[in-house]
Amino acid sequence: MADYKSLYQEVILDHNRKPRNYGTLEHASHHAVGHNPLCGDHISVALNLDRECIDCIAFQGEACAICKASASMMTAAIKGKTRGDAETLIQEFLAMATGKRDLDGLPHIGRLAVFAGVRDLPTRVKCAILPWHTLHAAFNSVASTSTEAEEDPMHAPIGNA
Amino acid sequence: MGSFDVERIRADFPILALKIGGKPLAYLDNAASSQMPQAVIERLVRYQTTQHANINRGVHYLSETATFEYDEARRKLQRFINVREDREVIFTSGTTEAINLVMHGYGRKFIGAGDEIILTTLEHHSNIVPWQMLAEEKGAKIRVVPINDAGELLIGEYEKLFNERTKFVGVTHVSNALGTINPVKQMIAFAHAHGVPVLVDGAQAAPHMKVDVADLDCDFYAFSGHKLCGPTGIGILYGKAALLERMQPFKGGGDMILSVTFEKTTYNTIPHKFEAGTPPIAAAIGLGAAVDYLSAIGMEAIAAHELDLLNYATAEVNRVPGVRILGTAGKKAAVLSFTVDGVHPHDVGTLLNQEGVAVRTGHHCAQPVMQRFRVPATSRASFAFYNTLAEVDALVAGIRTVQKVFA
Repeated sequence: MADYKSLYQEVILDHNRKPRNYGTLEHASHHAVGHNPLCGDHISVALNLDRECIDCIAFQGEACAICKASASMMTAAIKGKTRGDAETLIQEFLAMATGKRDLDGLPHIGRLAVFAGVRDLPTRVKCAILPWHTLHAAFNSVASTSTEAEEDPMHAPIGNA
Repeated sequence: MGSFDVERIRADFPILALKIGGKPLAYLDNAASSQMPQAVIERLVRYQTTQHANINRGVHYLSETATFEYDEARRKLQRFINVREDREVIFTSGTTEAINLVMHGYGRKFIGAGDEIILTTLEHHSNIVPWQMLAEEKGAKIRVVPINDAGELLIGEYEKLFNERTKFVGVTHVSNALGTINPVKQMIAFAHAHGVPVLVDGAQAAPHMKVDVADLDCDFYAFSGHKLCGPTGIGILYGKAALLERMQPFKGGGDMILSVTFEKTTYNTIPHKFEAGTPPIAAAIGLGAAVDYLSAIGMEAIAAHELDLLNYATAEVNRVPGVRILGTAGKKAAVLSFTVDGVHPHDVGTLLNQEGVAVRTGHHCAQPVMQRFRVPATSRASFAFYNTLAEVDALVAGIRTVQKVFA
C-alpha cells in the first residue's frame, strides 16, 4: 500500500494550495468541462491555440487535492508546448496513472511522476486523470464553449492509452 | 459500557482482525455494508455442503430441506420485525428492489395522472428515483418534505403537503447521510388519517434498533441483509397482506404462478406472487442466521452501545477545530457525517484509509441532502455494535493527521 507521503507529496499539496493558471480565459479557442460523476467534482479547461502552439491555458473548478494539483501541473507542463506535445503527454500521464506503463517508458513525464502513486489507489485514478481527459475533450471541440460543456469527457476516446 | 462485552463480540468477526497497511482496521463504513460473523459464514457453508437444492419443486430430500430452511428464514425475519403473518414477508434482492417492487406492484396500479407522492429531503436515491420514474410515466407529482439545519424533517410542512390528490408516502426511517431518526410512527398515523399508505425505507434502521412494524402500522417496510451482518443480494419487503394481494406482480416467471396456458396465467398467492424464479436461497438462509445472531445479542443492547459510540465520537470530533458535523438531530443513529475545512472528502478518505480507518466519502446516494447543506460531498463514519471507543480515537487521530498533511 502506498504511504500517504508517496501520493500527498509537498509538490502536490503546494499545487493544491496555490494552483497555477487558475481562472478563466477571455479568448479561448478550445474549452471543455469534465465531470467526475462518482463525486460530483468538475474541472473546466480553457486554452488558446495559436496555430499549433498552446500560448495560454487556464482551469478552474471544484475538486479534490489530487485532481486540482493534477490540473495545475498539467497547465504548467503544456503551456507553450505544441498540441502534438500535449497529446503525447496526455497518453503518457494516462498510461502512468492506470499502471499500464512504468516510469522508464514515459520519457516526457518529468515532474508529473509524483502522481505515479495513484495506480495503487484505484478509486483515485479518476481524480488524477480528469483534467487530462478534459484537456483531450477541449482539443477535440469546436472553437467555442458551447455544447461541448454538456458532454462527459470521461467517455471521450483517448488514443490507445 | 456496562455488560456489553464488545471484545467478545469482535471475536465473532474474522475480518475485524485485519490489518490495513500495517495498521489495525477500524471499520467505520457500516451504513454502506456491515461485516459478517462466523456464525453466518458457517451457516452458509452448512447450507451449501449439506442442504442445497432448488426449493418448492422436487420431492427429494434436499429440495424439501432447502424449502424448509428457506421458509424458516422467512419466519425468522417475520419475528425480527414483528410481522403478523409470514406471507407478508417477501424476499427481495435488497432494499432497492423492494422499493421498486412497491413502485411497480402498487404505484403503477393505483397512482395516476395528477396524483401526488410525498417523499422527504432525507431519502436515499433508491427511494427517490423509482417514484420519479413512476411520476414521469403517469404524470404524477412528487412533493418533498423539507428539513431544518439540524437535518430533521419539518413535520408541520409534511402535514401541509396532504390534499385529496395525495396517494402515497415514502419516508426513510433513518437518514443514511446524516443519521437522523425520523418520527415515522407519527407520520404514518397522519397519512392514515388521510387514507394514504406509507412505505418506510428501513435500510439504516433495521440493523441498529428494535423495529416493530405492527406498532409502526406502516404499510410497507424494506431493508437489506448485507447491512445487517447478512449476505449481499438479499433483503425483504414487508407489506400488509391486504395491499400485497391487490398489487400486480413485479416480475413474471416460475414460482409466481398457479397455472399457465398461452390464453391465461393465474398468479400464485403471496408471498410467492412476488418471488419469481429461483431466489437467492443461501442468502435468505444466511440472513435468517444473521437475525438470530443479532437477536441473541439484543437490538436494545446494540442500540445502547451504538449510542455510546455516537455520543463519544460527536464530542471528540467537535473538539477538533476546523471540522464540521452535518446532521445534529436530537434523535440520531450512529452516523457521523463531517467535513474538514479546506480538505476535499476524497482526500480525507484516502488519508484516513492509510491510517487503517475505513469511512465512506462522497454524496452517499443522497444528493438532495448534500444540496441542502451546500456541500458536494462529506466524509461519513458509521458505527456498528462491534465498534469500540478506541476506533473512535483512531478516527479522530486520523482527522488530525489529515489536517497536518494539509496544514
